[in-house]
Amino acid sequence: MKAKRLAMNQNKTIKKVKARWQLYLFLLLPVIYFCLFEYVPMYGIQLAFKNFNARLGIWDSEWIGLDNFKRFFGSYYFERTIVNTLRISLYSLVVSSAMSIIFALALNSMPWEKYKKIVQMVTYMPHFISTVLIVGILNMLLNPSVGLYGTIYSAVTGIYTPPKDILGMAEAFPHLYVWSGIWQGLGWNSIIYISALAGVDTELHEAARIDGATRFKRVLHIDIPSIAPTIVTLLILKCGSVMSIGFEKAYLMQNNLNLTTSEIISTYSYKVSFSSTVTDFGLSTAIGLFNNVINLILLIIVNTISKRVSETSLW
Amino acid sequence: MVIRVTNRRKKVKLCREDKIYYAISTTLITLFFLTVLYPIIYVISASFSSGRALMSGKVFLWPVDVGFEGYKAVFKHKDILTGYANTIFYTVVGTFINVSMTLLGAYPLSRKDLPGRGWITFFFTFTMFISGGTIPNYLLVKNLGMMNTRWAILIPGAISMYNMLIVRNFMQSNIPGELQEAAQIDGCNDSYYFFKIILPLSKATIAVITLYYAVSRWNSYFTALIYLNDRNLIPLQLILREILVNNEVSFDMLVDPVLQEKQETLREQLKYALIIVSSLPIMCVYPFIQKYFVKGVMVGSIKG
Repeated sequence: MKAKRLAMNQNKTIKKVKARWQLYLFLLLPVIYFCLFEYVPMYGIQLAFKNFNARLGIWDSEWIGLDNFKRFFGSYYFERTIVNTLRISLYSLVVSSAMSIIFALALNSMPWEKYKKIVQMVTYMPHFISTVLIVGILNMLLNPSVGLYGTIYSAVTGIYTPPKDILGMAEAFPHLYVWSGIWQGLGWNSIIYISALAGVDTELHEAARIDGATRFKRVLHIDIPSIAPTIVTLLILKCGSVMSIGFEKAYLMQNNLNLTTSEIISTYSYKVSFSSTVTDFGLSTAIGLFNNVINLILLIIVNTISKRVSETSLW
Repeated sequence: MVIRVTNRRKKVKLCREDKIYYAISTTLITLFFLTVLYPIIYVISASFSSGRALMSGKVFLWPVDVGFEGYKAVFKHKDILTGYANTIFYTVVGTFINVSMTLLGAYPLSRKDLPGRGWITFFFTFTMFISGGTIPNYLLVKNLGMMNTRWAILIPGAISMYNMLIVRNFMQSNIPGELQEAAQIDGCNDSYYFFKIILPLSKATIAVITLYYAVSRWNSYFTALIYLNDRNLIPLQLILREILVNNEVSFDMLVDPVLQEKQETLREQLKYALIIVSSLPIMCVYPFIQKYFVKGVMVGSIKG
């Protein structure tokens, strides 16, 4: 009896699957893609524990255990890249969040609708400019001899010898990185706060106004508390990615003079594998894996906190 | 009646504290507005100014000695033109692949009656947390024989899991399941339902992810940096990197000998003109995509 029912159930499942055959057909290409470009590379993670030899391939390369990791942890690049990564990501996290919130609050309370629209239109625009262009523009404007910086410097001081080259100063790099990011992203990052503010009940404002609250008081006691959940959630989630700064911008902004502050984990790992004279795929994979694991741990921690605090979770 | 009330309210005099508040907030906004605007105007003006005016530091806000030499040089520069054509190709074809693959994956996953849905979703989302990394991907592309071909740019990164989840969540929560039941009773099969009902209803979301994909295709340079050597295949961003960031302007690429003479002054003009020319397409579509911005940002924060 039982076996029969099981068989019947099986038949039912097969029937259900057959009825949805078109959906599986839809999934065919994405599944192939994911197998090939997501799961096959996972097999390559073992390179982190191997001394890669292109002739032998991934599987047959010599197994060296944790040597790659030991080499990374032992080199002076370990501390430098981690400190640099954390420095620019925390710096940009704090400044950019604070500024986008202030910008959104100020813009929201602005009474002139037309001006508001123009400000929004212009400040959202840089978000779409590519990283290469942003860095290119930065380099050109800050060029001490022919750039805007040099021009203004000589116009203001009356001295016609070029000023110090900011681009070549290691201590200026974090500031340039973060503030050019703010120039590019402040408007765009404020959108989420602006739309949260748009959801604030107007009756609250009405009531407060009748009670004689000034605009500033209404910002403090109505606007900020209303968007507080959004702020907290976004901050928590952003903390999850402090160790995963993208390669692109830092790499473009690097020059020989600012490497002490501009070498971050992702650029170092790239250089180890592609631009050094001896390519070391094993070491590079090890660095990537190390970073990946840290990111994963951070993400889990952050998500747990976020679930508790604001009942928002990534999964 | 109502109109009169609002009219009267507008005339209410602001108290002193409010005046101070508005003065400060408007100054802040204006300050930032001008900070964003000024470099943009400067670059535009510089691109129309003569090289000599640029070198001697005469350009502050408006073009000095208006001319188009920079633009002429850009359009005679062979590498820039090839790069431009390549980028257009990569953006159009790549975005098409991105959007179709994303929809192909998102639609079945949004169907609650798909047997094994949980497992398949896990199969996809697992990759968000663990990934092979640069080197294993590089070796894969190499082993597939895609090195130095257009495929190396088009195929890897065909689906962003994040965008796929956005679309799936939209289809799942914004399109009522009753619609599908009704369609099924009328004898509508799963693919017909997708093309006739799901697609038209998800237009706005598809527009948003198309925008995301297209912008990232247009702006990306990393994959090209590691997978391509052939100068006939590299996208515009790599050319921009050479010229703007590494400051390598090869004037052999300028076919016109008359232009070659003015190299030194031309260099700066060319760079500014190049910035304008390379960001032109996005600026052209900018007014049309603006209405999707808020949606675009919000769509990611909806939980399914």
